[in-house]
Amino acid sequence: MTSDNINPDGKSVSRPWGSRHGRIPQKKDFLEGVKAEYDVVVIGSGLAGMTAANILGRNGQRVLLLEQHFKIGGLATWFKRPGGHIFDVSLHGFPVGMKKTCRKYWSQEIADKIVPLDKVTFDNPQFSFDTTFTREDFTEKLVTQFDLDREMVEGFFAHLRKMDFFDDSNLTTGELFEEFFPGRNDVHRLLMEPISYANGSNLDEPAITYGIVFSNFMSKGVYTFVGGTDVLISAMRAELLKNGVDIRTRVQVEKIQVEYGSDGKPHVAGVVANAGAATHTIRSSAVLSNANLKTTILKLVDEEHFRPEFVAEAKAVRLNNSSCQVYMGIRAGESIPFLTDLLFTSTRTKFQSHSLSDLHGESRTFSFYYPKGRPEMKEERYTIVASTNARYADWADMTDEEYESNKRQLCEETLSHLETYLPEVRSKVDYIEASTPRSFEFYTQHQGGSSFGTKFEGLAPSMNLHLELGGLFHAGSVGIIMSGWLGAANYGVIQANKVDSYLFQLQQTQNATS
Amino acid sequence: MTRDEVTLAIKDIIETIAPDEELVGLNPDERLRDQIELDSMDFLDIVMELRKRYGVQVPEEDYKELASLTSCADYLGPKLEDVELKVGC
Ligand SMILES: Cc1cc2nc3c(=O)[nH]c(=O)nc-3n(C[C@H](O)[C@H](O)[C@H](O)COP(=O)(O)OP(=O)(O)OC[C@H]3O[C@@H](n4cnc5c(N)ncnc54)[C@H](O)[C@@H]3O)c2cc1C
Repeated sequence: MTSDNINPDGKSVSRPWGSRHGRIPQKKDFLEGVKAEYDVVVIGSGLAGMTAANILGRNGQRVLLLEQHFKIGGLATWFKRPGGHIFDVSLHGFPVGMKKTCRKYWSQEIADKIVPLDKVTFDNPQFSFDTTFTREDFTEKLVTQFDLDREMVEGFFAHLRKMDFFDDSNLTTGELFEEFFPGRNDVHRLLMEPISYANGSNLDEPAITYGIVFSNFMSKGVYTFVGGTDVLISAMRAELLKNGVDIRTRVQVEKIQVEYGSDGKPHVAGVVANAGAATHTIRSSAVLSNANLKTTILKLVDEEHFRPEFVAEAKAVRLNNSSCQVYMGIRAGESIPFLTDLLFTSTRTKFQSHSLSDLHGESRTFSFYYPKGRPEMKEERYTIVASTNARYADWADMTDEEYESNKRQLCEETLSHLETYLPEVRSKVDYIEASTPRSFEFYTQHQGGSSFGTKFEGLAPSMNLHLELGGLFHAGSVGIIMSGWLGAANYGVIQANKVDSYLFQLQQTQNATS
Repeated sequence: MTRDEVTLAIKDIIETIAPDEELVGLNPDERLRDQIELDSMDFLDIVMELRKRYGVQVPEEDYKELASLTSCADYLGPKLEDVELKVGC
């Protein structure tokens, strides 16, 4: 998915398109044959958009799914590179709940391919161990390796499980940690680092976001999809088509159209979409946007259709941070020994929440992909993907040369870090490439390359959008708790139910009057 | 639908949502989520299925009425009076 790559010899190969060069101009009309009207247009094919589209299609609604990229999946994506490499972008792992979500809203076959990772490892100057990533194991580690009182630890986990929306949201995660484990920087590191990588949050977020995510995520292991992201997305695509969803890629939604009812209230009327060679206006009773919340409210809809207070609320929503990744491909025929599946590693002596996003920081995760993850591939192949959190601002204003050299430096630092675990790895890597916040921005059009939507305050405007503008709904990473594969997919379901209810009501009134 | 049929309709929906759960011997007066594994997403599915199969709208503020089999029958009974039972969808 990234645009520029750097060979191990340091030579940079630029493609004629990408985050620095813009998009390939299209000569074709990618909306050829589209209908004039649908019940609902879904803007964006991330896990939230796709899952919502699938449910609505299954419920008999006429659904048009529009995606600006040439692939569906959004951040749940993969890309191929010379040398026979396939890299997964966001398949590091997700909570077990994804299995049930896929069974209910996709198919049993998809759910059956979800399996636990065999091993998760932490390694930093404060602690090093393998974990099953379950509440039981974290309890055990905190008692035996961190010398904490068992009752205290169990009390903490029980407290997290009880936290809900009605909690006092003034308490931050950092304050919560201080309350239970005062001065224990090592404990804070164990409790926070995996969550920061999973959803971009830090110690300053409302404690409730931590409570909800921890209880879902750090409780029953880490799971993955066997076959790779490409297999998952093509199975989802087949399911969408089976349910009658009209899927169109390379289609950029530029505007959400608004009309006013006899009661003087605004409601959506459809979308204006640029499909390459032609621009189309498509009517629909409802629109579900999977674009970033701020883009949806502040760009896709003209401001005059919202109350000024709502626009101000949307403007005040802070974006979540972005990511950098380094993709390393092991030469065909070579192999690496099994080390672990997921490694949380840092050379930083003490934990500092914000430093996880530092440009050229010391902390990263490594995901190791072995042949077991893609059993249907003809050859046995290995790839390693390193990820860090990142700030868009650090990368945004670099000149082309600075951008190239920073990416090269990132590749080099990552490879050196990896060599401390796999000393012979450098000679086996025949492909290496970095992505930055600018790559994520380019491929998803999320402002600031936001990997995980918005901070907590984004949840309210996302949930209340349809109250401001009839028929307009948002589903996609938002509010920290609705992010990651599971969060996004489940939020798609929650919002699909609202869309379905809205359409049902509308169809009933129409039936009554006709 | 009679009151008994409403209970049957609800049980049939739950069976498709949570196929691994044993529904025989449920105490009708006890909260469903205290007896079987049903989370808030599952309740959302019940709401969607009721709309799809029987054309019944359950507004968000009424979700709590679906807590037990008895409260389901109390709440849905009047709404489903003139609707036919469909099982095994
Ligand atoms: C590097 C990285 C690693 C991650 N790793 C994991 C992981 O291991 N496990 C996990 O659970 N989560 C992970 N995540 C997070 C997870 O991938 C996301 O939270 C989730 O996929 C987001 O889904 P979404 O529905 O919010 O939308 P997105 O995936 O963000 O999709 C939105 C879609 O909308 C499209 N779009 C936007 N605007 C328009 C428009 N105007 N017209 C048409 N289309 C438009 C975009 O092109 C995009 O396809 C990772 C994220 C990143 C960045």
